[in-house]
Amino acid sequence: MSVASETVERPAPPPRGWPTARIVGTALLALWAALGLGLLVYLVSAWNPELFSRYAPYYLSGLITTVELVAVSIVIGAVLSIPIAFGRMSSKRRFAWPAYAFVYFFRGTPLLAQTFLIYYGFGSFRPELQAAGLWWFFREAWYCAIFAFSLNTAAYQAEILRGALESVGRGQWEAGKALGLSKWLIFRKIILPQAMLVALRPYGNEIILMIKGSAIVAIITVYDLMGETRRAYSRTFDFQTYLWAALIYLAIVEFLRNIIDFIERRLTRHLKR
Amino acid sequence: MDNFATLLSFGPEGWGDDIAWGVLVTVSLSLATLPIGLAAGFAVALAKRSKERPLRLAGNIYTTIFRGLPELLTLFLVYYGAQIGIQQVVTFFSPDARIEINSFLAGMVALGVVLSSYASEVFLSAFRAIPHGQYEGGYALGLRRSATMRLVIMPQLFRIALPALTNLWLNLIKDTALVSVIGLADILRQVGIAARVTKQAFLFYGVACALYLVLAILSSILLSGIERSVARRAPA
Repeated sequence: MSVASETVERPAPPPRGWPTARIVGTALLALWAALGLGLLVYLVSAWNPELFSRYAPYYLSGLITTVELVAVSIVIGAVLSIPIAFGRMSSKRRFAWPAYAFVYFFRGTPLLAQTFLIYYGFGSFRPELQAAGLWWFFREAWYCAIFAFSLNTAAYQAEILRGALESVGRGQWEAGKALGLSKWLIFRKIILPQAMLVALRPYGNEIILMIKGSAIVAIITVYDLMGETRRAYSRTFDFQTYLWAALIYLAIVEFLRNIIDFIERRLTRHLKR
Repeated sequence: MDNFATLLSFGPEGWGDDIAWGVLVTVSLSLATLPIGLAAGFAVALAKRSKERPLRLAGNIYTTIFRGLPELLTLFLVYYGAQIGIQQVVTFFSPDARIEINSFLAGMVALGVVLSSYASEVFLSAFRAIPHGQYEGGYALGLRRSATMRLVIMPQLFRIALPALTNLWLNLIKDTALVSVIGLADILRQVGIAARVTKQAFLFYGVACALYLVLAILSSILLSGIERSVARRAPA
C-alpha cells in the first residue's frame, strides 16, 4: 500500500473558481430550468377546467389506443419474426433470399410510406378484396395500422433475434453436442437464454421506437394519443394540447426505459465483476 | 401496362416530373439537416463528457427530451410552436402582419434536433473508445487542447463512429417522410397527390417505397465505399 501511494501521483485538484465550461454549463442548466418553469407557469396560467374535463377522457382513450396498437403489433411481430430470422440464417438460398428482401424492404422504407401503401394502396384492389372476403379488414384504418406495424416490427425484431442468436459462440453448440444433447434441447437450454440476454436491450429499444413511431397512425385517422391531440388542437387552437401530449409521451418512454434498465441490471447481475 | 408507363412518364400527362421534384426535396432536406444535426450532436457529446456537472446535466436533459418525443410530435411542436411564438412577437410590433413558417425550415430544425440527440450518443461512445494516451500524446507534443482535439482525436472519432452514423443517415432519410404532413412537397406528398388524382394509390405508393429503397441502397453503397477507404488509411 505504501509503495503504491508513493509512486502513484495524486490526481490534479479540480479547477477552482469559474472556468468557461462551468459558466456555460450553469447558463445552459439555468436555461433548461427557465424553460421548465416557463412551461409549468404556462400550463398553470392556461389551466382551463372546462377544456380539461372535456378532453382528458379523449386523451385517456387515445393513450389506451396507442398502448393497444403497440402491444398487439409487437406480439404479432415477435411471432412473425421467428421464421424470418431463421430464414435469414438459413444456408439455403430459397429461404434466405425472401427473408432478406422482406427485412430490407421494411427497414429501408419509412413506416409512414408502408402504412399509406397498405391503407390507401390496397384500396385500389377493392373489387378483388371484396371477392376474397377481405375487404372488411383493409377498409378499417385500425386493422391496416396493425397490419403495417406488425410487418414493420417483424423485420426489425427478426434482425434483433438473428443478431442475438449469432452472438452466441459456436463452441456452445459444440459443447452441447459433446454432451449428447439433442439439437432442440441445446437451442432451448443453452443458446436461447444467452441470446435473450443480448437481445433484451434491443427489444426494449424496439418497443420504445414503436411507441414513438405509432404517432403516425394519427394521419390515417386512427385516434391514438397523437390523433386525439390533433383533434383537440384543431378544435381549440390551444397550443397546450400539444404540450400535454409531449409530457405524456415523455413520461411513457422514460418509464419504459427505466423498467428495461432495471430488468437488464437484474438479469445480468451474475455477469458483473 | 401501357397506362402505367404514361402515368409515370415525364410530361403533361405523367407524374414523373412531380415525383422527381419530390425526390429532390427529400434529398435536399436530408442533406441540409445532416451537417447541423452532426455539429449539434458533437457539441452535445462534448457537453456530456465534460468534467463540469451542470454541463453534463444540461446535455443529458437535451438527449432525454428529444429521444423520448415522437419525431412527428417534435415536428408539430417546432412548426406550430414557432409559428405561434414568432406571430406573437410580430403582432407586438405590427398588429396586422401574418407569419407563415417555412415548412422546409421547420422540418430541418425538427429533424436536426432529433438527429443531434441520437448523434450525441454515437459520438459519446466513440469518445469512450479512444484511449486516454492519445490526448496525452497530443499534449506531450505541445499541441493545445483544441489542436489535439482537431488533429488527433477527431480523425479517429469519425472513423469509429462512421458505421453508427451511417445508420443515423438512413434513419434521417426515412424520417423526412414526416414533413409531408406539414405540407412540404417531398416524395410522399407528391405521390399522395398523384394517387388521389389518378386513383392508382397502390402504384404510386409502391413507387414511393421503391424510391426510398433506391435512396437507401445508393447511400449504403456510397457510405460503405467511404468506410472502406477510411479503414484502408487507418494505422493497422
